[in-house]
Amino acid sequence: MPGSGRSRPKSLAEARRLVAALALLAAWPVAAAAETVPPGAVAVVGDGIPRPLTDRPGDPARGRAIVVDRQKGLCLLCHTGPFPEQRFPGTLAPDLAGAGSRWNEAQLRLRLVDGRLLNPDSIMPAYYRIDGFVRVARAFAGRPILEAQDVEDVVAFLATLREEPVKKESP
Amino acid sequence: MRRLVAIAGVALGLAAGLQASRGDERRSGATFMSPQTQALQADDAANPGMLSVADGQAQWSTPAGPNGTACTACHGDARDTMRGVAARYPAIDAVSGKAVDLMGRINLCRTRNMGAPALPAEGAELLGLAAYVGFQSRGLRIAPPTGAAMDAVRDAGRALYTRRQGQLDFSCAACHDDNWGRRLAAAPIPQAHPTGYPLYRLEWQATGSLQRRFRNCMTGVRAEPWPYGSDEAIALEAFLMDRARGMAVETPAVRP
Repeated sequence: MPGSGRSRPKSLAEARRLVAALALLAAWPVAAAAETVPPGAVAVVGDGIPRPLTDRPGDPARGRAIVVDRQKGLCLLCHTGPFPEQRFPGTLAPDLAGAGSRWNEAQLRLRLVDGRLLNPDSIMPAYYRIDGFVRVARAFAGRPILEAQDVEDVVAFLATLREEPVKKESP
Repeated sequence: MRRLVAIAGVALGLAAGLQASRGDERRSGATFMSPQTQALQADDAANPGMLSVADGQAQWSTPAGPNGTACTACHGDARDTMRGVAARYPAIDAVSGKAVDLMGRINLCRTRNMGAPALPAEGAELLGLAAYVGFQSRGLRIAPPTGAAMDAVRDAGRALYTRRQGQLDFSCAACHDDNWGRRLAAAPIPQAHPTGYPLYRLEWQATGSLQRRFRNCMTGVRAEPWPYGSDEAIALEAFLMDRARGMAVETPAVRP
């Protein structure tokens, strides 16, 4: 009868999936317990946000994947950068190459969370803010562009970009 | 080779016609397109928007409503009576006192004068009629109506144009005033002069209205799009048409 209880696993593969699901469930409370600074409670100090948004260190590889994802990070719609495999980056914003030598992690974090605190005229979206917007589409209402861990991952990746952009010779 | 030269000639001629006068920085969106797409617009035998014009031409003389009247009953030959009309919309509707765009005017004509139902927004019939009427102004200068009532609508449109919207928090002006000519990913950002609507957009594989274009941009910045025919959409259209005052109508334009 549907909903009356779990039936026994019928195959080894199914049993493995069940174990994996249980393992995920077991891991869930740990992840949920990780401390996350909610949008709006982020503490700005000077021109940066020194305290990470989560207590899990940012993952640069995951951060890079977010940066080049044109539906998630959206970065390459406006920025170019050291991404030789990425075609057609935008030309609206500075080259991301060297971002990690121009700014420290605290400064990068503030530029991602809400860069308009530094420059009100900037077109850079506020990636970790949920209020003060006008007419947000229903699908995006009440949530930031990136989650706290995403922001930490992107900060960790940008911090690795130490090389300044290669100066192109004028034609 | 001769064909290539012809295409290049057409494209050059088009570009010359689309550049506003000397000292005027305004440029039609067509000048940001590839020569191939410019040639597609310039050649009436190839321009897919001409299919909508032909569609509208057929409807112009097709009876609708209980009295079996067609547009021709009042307006006769559109080539004479509709010349320059599209260049003056949006305009104030005397009965309601509200601003309407060309498609709104067509639907008012149907519901008030013909007793016919309004045509659905963004449907082929309404786009066709608007394209046919717009085509009668092709090459004429955009000449929006003056007056306090229209000024108020345009002011509302200007406020919407400069207001940041959506989760990405962009205003129209942030791209189309401050960053035109730069690229948003692969796409060059034009100046947002609505000179050729309804137009055929290659991305849509269809003819569409300026309001559809608004909805695309708003979706892009993750804002809730305005419904078709909303006061906001009409106000922004009125502001943009005034901003494009004096530029040439291109209907039916082609865009990438």
